[in-house]
Amino acid sequence: MQNNSNNRLPTPLLRVTKLTKKFGDFVANDSLDLSIEAGKVHALLGENGAGKSTLVKMMYGALQPTSGVIEWQGQRVTVANPAHARDLGIGMVFQHFSLFEALTVVENISLALPPQLRQADLSQRIASLSNDYGLPLNPEALVADLSVGERQRIEIVRCLLQQPKLLIMDEPTAVLTPQEAQALFSTLRRLVAEGCAVLYISHRLEEVRQICHDATILRHGQLVAEVDPQVETAATLAQLMVGSSVHQVNRPANNAVGPVLLQLKHLNQPSNTPFGVALVDINLSVKTGEILAIAGVAGNGQGELFGVISGEEGDRSSRSMVLMNQVCNQLTINQRRQLGAAFVPEERMGHGAVEHLSLTDNILLSRHACNDTPNPLNRGLMGIDRAQLATLNATIGRDYDVRKGREDAQAGSLSGGNLQKFVVGRELNRKPKVLVINQPTWGVDAGAAALIRQAVIDLSRQGSAILVISQDLDEIFELADTIAVISRGQLSAGYAAAQLSREDIGLMMAGSHEQNNAGSGT
Amino acid sequence: MQIVLEKRSQASSWMNVMSPVLAVSLTVIMGGLIFAAIGKPPLTALYLYFIDPLTSWWSIEEVLVKAGPLVLIGVGLAVCFKANVWNIGAEGQLTVGALMGAMVPILFGDWQGPWALVAMLLLGAVGGAMFAFIPAWLKTRFGVNEILTSLMLVYIAQLLLDWMVRGPWKDPHGFNFPKSVAFEGWHLLPMWGDGRMHLGLVIALVIALVLYWVMRNNLKGFEIRVVGSAPRAGAFAGFSQTKMVWFCFALSGALAGLAGLIEVAGPIGQLQPHISPNYGFTAIIVAFLGRLNPLGVVFAGLLLAVSYIGGEGVQIELGISDKTTQVFQGMLLFFILMCDTLILYRIRYLSAKPVTGSGDAS
Repeated sequence: MQNNSNNRLPTPLLRVTKLTKKFGDFVANDSLDLSIEAGKVHALLGENGAGKSTLVKMMYGALQPTSGVIEWQGQRVTVANPAHARDLGIGMVFQHFSLFEALTVVENISLALPPQLRQADLSQRIASLSNDYGLPLNPEALVADLSVGERQRIEIVRCLLQQPKLLIMDEPTAVLTPQEAQALFSTLRRLVAEGCAVLYISHRLEEVRQICHDATILRHGQLVAEVDPQVETAATLAQLMVGSSVHQVNRPANNAVGPVLLQLKHLNQPSNTPFGVALVDINLSVKTGEILAIAGVAGNGQGELFGVISGEEGDRSSRSMVLMNQVCNQLTINQRRQLGAAFVPEERMGHGAVEHLSLTDNILLSRHACNDTPNPLNRGLMGIDRAQLATLNATIGRDYDVRKGREDAQAGSLSGGNLQKFVVGRELNRKPKVLVINQPTWGVDAGAAALIRQAVIDLSRQGSAILVISQDLDEIFELADTIAVISRGQLSAGYAAAQLSREDIGLMMAGSHEQNNAGSGT
Repeated sequence: MQIVLEKRSQASSWMNVMSPVLAVSLTVIMGGLIFAAIGKPPLTALYLYFIDPLTSWWSIEEVLVKAGPLVLIGVGLAVCFKANVWNIGAEGQLTVGALMGAMVPILFGDWQGPWALVAMLLLGAVGGAMFAFIPAWLKTRFGVNEILTSLMLVYIAQLLLDWMVRGPWKDPHGFNFPKSVAFEGWHLLPMWGDGRMHLGLVIALVIALVLYWVMRNNLKGFEIRVVGSAPRAGAFAGFSQTKMVWFCFALSGALAGLAGLIEVAGPIGQLQPHISPNYGFTAIIVAFLGRLNPLGVVFAGLLLAVSYIGGEGVQIELGISDKTTQVFQGMLLFFILMCDTLILYRIRYLSAKPVTGSGDAS
């Protein structure tokens, strides 16, 4: 066997050697070496696009490596598919859950188990196991009624029922409140104390320092460092991840707060899909020069709120929204843009931009009816003003540092960070009086995130009213003058950012401001 | 073993252009094999099928006459399909368009003059569009799949035509044949040449050029491309999905109805139970073979028109059933869709057997 030569070390639970994955010409993982030992939490760190997901998908059998070796408990294996990985003793909790909302907890879990594990007393086993590990779950509850944190518990319990030796967790705290995250950490500590290994994927450095024993850092598909997170600081870890020191956002005090430009008054919006979120009595106002940030765990009505404000959804007969001193519920998204509003949705691809269209076409997408260019972009029977679009594209590319292969590249060819800079730049270039931006730096590298946040702050200091919706508390504290929290479709009052701590926000994320908690049964 | 289609990271733009050429070549090869299998000389048959129609002025004219309706319907469908709206019922819209337009010669036979012809053309387009509004309404109001409704309405339209020419609109002096009165004077399209060339082909070409410009340079064309490929981005741009469904059915229905009217006011000259050799269905192939591009549709329409004349040719010369035309058209659609799929995806074979253990690792 290969490891005879170094038998002084204990055999690692899982070892990959020279693991490479190519997609066409693109090298997602470049000859990676990594060992995971039993009884430890091993962090896998890296920015979005660094290759973390590709690596764990190969370990879990969801992707096959182009070359390289995977050894499990000292033996070379080919993990053919996820079922095979589970047979070996590898469990994985994905960032996006695969649960049937119309089924109960026990039904969902039984569906995923091999037939020999499906037994009548499954409910009891779930209840006892989940209590043992501090993950309380009611096996008979409908998934649709559960919070995101509870849904994550189902996925974890589902893995634990198969007694895994290695548990892979992909950004588990991205959907949790700070308090829920602490509860998860104690579960993980208990698991490793029992000899299980955990591979913990994250880009949140503080929590990695808190619970992980080893850390492997990836950058552009390559392994750049293996460190002990206990001796590093968050700053040194960040520097390793990004490859250079991160630009600090400069935020001058806002002293020019003027009239209200965007206001919602008692906005109610029933859910338009069976498991969507209904918006309940939402009140907010954003003044000129102010940045209002809405915090909250994903899936608590942020998308619905954005849709109502942009005019893509919503009751046209209501009179709950005022934009630039004008009731605007009846206006289309383009009429709201003509009043001076601009919108940046959460999904860059497929919502804010179209993958296979050129950048100039993507400028046309949101600006064809804005009438704020020197000449109209849409000249009717004279066709589209391509020359003007090309000029705009060059300006946006220069002002917002959009790096692209060709001047008028396809949107799909840009990296996530550059496309986000383009999508934000396309709107900021209009100097909108009101900007509504949902998850401004979601999945974006640190450099691009700093540039976008700075641009948003600069716009507000020039007198625009800005509404930011974000799940990222760091981002919220960097940007916000005022903070409100959304949970289950209800929005808290706005508080001055300086008055709030993370713990306060965490409590509100868990619903402390909700008027009634009976809404969960609907 | 498991076979999977894996999305290619980048589709070759060269292959995207070559795909129709490849599909036509594969169809010709397969056609040759089929002719050989039924004991006919393959090269002679292929010559008769694809080349012979282009060797005499008479048959070239016939090809152009057949290409006219194919192009006219095909460009409408190309726009529809681009917008992700699936009107499969052009044959029915063609039929209703012909019926509506024929109201002028049959009910107002004394009205002669250029305006009568213009009225016929307009009524043809309106009739096709109105008939296409049925699936559009069902889709936007109730969410009914337009593929099913538009297809089923074809049979309703054809039976309506059948009933009309055997009943109320039968020519009273027609010896009880199921035909309407023969159209005369300004109720017929201007014809020229020594064959049956008529104004319809010019109309088809002009409309194809206009739509080509619209798709490239006009905001409406942009809207069609965006709504079809990324509906949420379409909503973000302020384009309405519902209005797009109505627009697409109106356009493709009107063009199919116009094509139907042109057939009865051109080559046929009256109403009869069968007015179209499945132009409405063949135009689906035309639209795809033309890469959903109006200019591409013009060339694809010419090619498919050859297949009609060639099918008649092999029937006369070699005694092969004229159903070969449908076999060739079916193969062509199959191969074009196959080539398109393989441009976007590659085939991979996965071994499903997990390899475990150390026996082979020493």
